Amino acid sequence: MTVLTPDTEEAIAQIVRAAHEGDGPLELCGGGTRRGLGRPVQAASTLSLAGLNGVTLYEPGELTLVAQAGMSISALTDLLDGENQQLTFEPCDMRALLGTSGEPTIGGAIATGASGPRRLRMGAGRDAVLGVRYVNGQGDVLRAGGRVMKNVTGYDIPKLMCGAYGTLGVLTEISLKVMPKSEVVRTLALPGLSDVGAIDALSTALRMPCDVSAAAHLPASVSKELGFADAVTLLRIEGFETQADYRIQTLRDGLSMFGELTPVESDPWVAIRDAMFFAGDDRAVWRVSMKASEAARYVAVLRDQMDVEAFYDWGGGLIWLACDQGNDAAEPIIRGVLAEYGGHATLVRANETIRAAVPVFEPEPTSIAHLSAGLKAKFDPAGILNPGRMRA
Amino acid sequence: MIEMPVPNQQVIAKQARLAAALRAIVPPEQVIDTAEQLKAYECDGLNAYRQPPMLVVLPDTTEQVAKIVRLCNAEGAPIIPRGSGTSLAGGALPTADSVVLGMARMKSVMDVDYANRTIRVQTGITNLAVTGAVQPDGFFYAPDPSSQLACAIGGNIAMNSGGAHCLKYGVTTNNLLGVTMVMPDGEVLEFGGEHLDPGGYDFLSLICGSEGQLGICTEATLKILPVAEGARPMLFGFETNEVAGEAVAAIIRAGLQPVALEFMDKPAITVSENFAKAGYPLDVEALLIVEVEGSDAEIDEQLTRIEAVVAPFNPSTVKRSGNDIESAKIWAGRKAAFGAIGQLADYICLDGCVPLSQLPDVLKQTAELADKYDLKVANVFHAGDGNLHPLIMYEANDPDSARRAEELGADLLRLCVEKDGCLTGEHGVGIEKRELMLTQFNERELRQQMAIKDVFDPSWMLNPAKVFPLSLSEPHMKEIAAG
Ligand SMILES: Cc1cc2nc3c(=O)[nH]c(=O)nc-3n(C[C@H](O)[C@H](O)[C@H](O)COP(=O)(O)OP(=O)(O)OC[C@H]3O[C@@H](n4cnc5c(N)ncnc54)[C@H](O)[C@@H]3O)c2cc1C
Repeated sequence: MTVLTPDTEEAIAQIVRAAHEGDGPLELCGGGTRRGLGRPVQAASTLSLAGLNGVTLYEPGELTLVAQAGMSISALTDLLDGENQQLTFEPCDMRALLGTSGEPTIGGAIATGASGPRRLRMGAGRDAVLGVRYVNGQGDVLRAGGRVMKNVTGYDIPKLMCGAYGTLGVLTEISLKVMPKSEVVRTLALPGLSDVGAIDALSTALRMPCDVSAAAHLPASVSKELGFADAVTLLRIEGFETQADYRIQTLRDGLSMFGELTPVESDPWVAIRDAMFFAGDDRAVWRVSMKASEAARYVAVLRDQMDVEAFYDWGGGLIWLACDQGNDAAEPIIRGVLAEYGGHATLVRANETIRAAVPVFEPEPTSIAHLSAGLKAKFDPAGILNPGRMRA
Repeated sequence: MIEMPVPNQQVIAKQARLAAALRAIVPPEQVIDTAEQLKAYECDGLNAYRQPPMLVVLPDTTEQVAKIVRLCNAEGAPIIPRGSGTSLAGGALPTADSVVLGMARMKSVMDVDYANRTIRVQTGITNLAVTGAVQPDGFFYAPDPSSQLACAIGGNIAMNSGGAHCLKYGVTTNNLLGVTMVMPDGEVLEFGGEHLDPGGYDFLSLICGSEGQLGICTEATLKILPVAEGARPMLFGFETNEVAGEAVAAIIRAGLQPVALEFMDKPAITVSENFAKAGYPLDVEALLIVEVEGSDAEIDEQLTRIEAVVAPFNPSTVKRSGNDIESAKIWAGRKAAFGAIGQLADYICLDGCVPLSQLPDVLKQTAELADKYDLKVANVFHAGDGNLHPLIMYEANDPDSARRAEELGADLLRLCVEKDGCLTGEHGVGIEKRELMLTQFNERELRQQMAIKDVFDPSWMLNPAKVFPLSLSEPHMKEIAAG
């Protein structure tokens, strides 16, 4: 396996051009921390973005940051910290869950569509991206979008690149909208609710004008890892002091039928963001995105049919599941039951054999699969960028 | 003058037959084929350009849309999707050989789901009617284009429209969860749903902002949000545009998250004040309207903080609304601005976007360029996100004035691109900025975009003469036709 680590965009373009003209497929790699996501890629060479790690532009007064794709999230976070700002989409760190090392990069986070608890309120990477520079599968260096806050000039290719897992282009530079940090961040908990009760409570909270910035439910088997005695339903409130106090009081009144809303001292959101509860064991892990109100019912049906551990983020719209790997990571049940509700399931962790055999991403209806293949062929005609990473 | 492709006479020759075939799909009166009635569809909000279509058809259901699209595709008739025709970019401008597919009859609310905070609508519904449907229960649909009384959700999706309150809540693409789309071959596909994030490629991102070129959206699932307890604006007057621009950046940087941050320059202030009597100061060069939301106490604290951030910029006017009546007054001038200017002159409304730090310089150069072309320009815009709306006033009946206005517009948009901005922040490219696309992108970049249309609409049936420069799209379509 050759690892190529160019340090200019033009050098990347040359490598891709050569690959296109016959050198063969490339596996794209940022910090390598998300390498276990998606299907295993068959490529003789790895193209590392680690050499492209600078900041092109940071304008705190414009909430705008332009960074090269290989810049580490930690360096980027430090930079933003200095101006009391942060990323909007709270990208998860997959190292613990996937057992990888290295430094997560902004390119990797964007390419894998990563987000975190704030997805609920501020959107995912797709909602933060203002523009990209990328190298398509023919080695052309192209731009799309820009660095301004609003831009409808041409099709929204920057958003298409989010979650495309590097199959449509090599991201070299990304413009992002960032946000100020809140003066105070408070977490509140309702103890002891059933999954159904919790989803109901979260939905009630989210229907109140309190700008809840995260809403999760941890059933007892999971919450004990954070030291809770029982299941816990969690809400995050941000703002300035008096604002947060007022919102918390409003929520406390509005949620009184679900129990007493009490402050939580230690921050549970990083553990929730990174699905830490499932780190360090051998189970398969799934991420299910569905209509929040049906989440608890969906999980109940799964529990009737298999041994599964679950917790909920995004008010129930995101479910993390852990189950035995078996031969197929229980895919037939997980996707079979989900089909009745709508949404999609992604296999986040499983051994390579399973990830090669079981569709990691939700299978697409024929016509949509046709569109996906069509896009892939237009961006990467020779199929040299991360071949097979998303679809066989 | 912006050119349109030469209409295909062979298609026009089929008008009667096509009309009859369409009348077999929808009730006969929903097919329009008389010159007199077709005139109503000859333009959109960019009314300097007019061309009646060959036919107009007004379907009621997705199935009818699918049949219409299949028929037109088989007959080689281009389709111009149309919502309410308020596009300022000529997005809904027909060609003489085209069928306008009007969504105006498809305006029902299909489902409201408060537990998941979503609403499902047919896309002909107006933007304001979506909020209207959920307002009694304390919810609203966030993107609020000034045209919201008229414009349709389908048009909003096609243009990825924004509005004053998008500073906090995002534009259409951030509030869209799913669509039902009729593909150019008549197949009906679902993208997204009531969940967040796609399971594969993010098709919704492409569809939103695709200007009716990838498919016809017939239904959509949108996010709805709980209405804030209250909202109140504050008004600041400044001695120069420059200082006002700096104050905008300071507010944003301080992390004060206003819901709206609107800018008006002297010509806009004067015209609006004469019209609306909003009590705006006439001795200032620039006004900012800053609105915040929350409980009464939250609002007061936020406004106090904003006032403190703005103080170093020595505003000559500071007016804080204390109640709904005062709020309405502060907004009255801003809301009346376009209408007031429209009473004085014909105008072209531009939509470039620039980084906030460039605002003062761009405003200065705008004034200089306006002088050069001997035209008046008023600026009323969404300052918080750098989205400029220079209104170029001209005389539509005077060809020389119209030509100068168009040239000035092009110069101003080039200026935005030079300043690291873009041609259009929320109105779309349409025909208006089509030829300027080559100032923002190079040919390869545009061809990569055109390749996306190839995937969705291989024979370029939908809104073909829009978005891309004719110098690229016409030869490309000839190649396709030649097989
Ligand atoms: C006074 C005024 C103020 C405005 N203010 C704003 C503003 O604040 N913010 C803003 O963003 N815009 C604004 N606009 C522009 C305009 O209102 C928006 O672009 C709006 O979204 C257009 O909607 P429409 O229904 O009128 O679409 P149309 O003008 O009918 O069509 C617009 C485009 O959408 C396509 N289209 C329409 N329906 C569909 C469909 N169902 N499927 C696929 N394609 C479709 C058309 O082909 C066309 O390309 C303003 C316009 C006016 C006249």
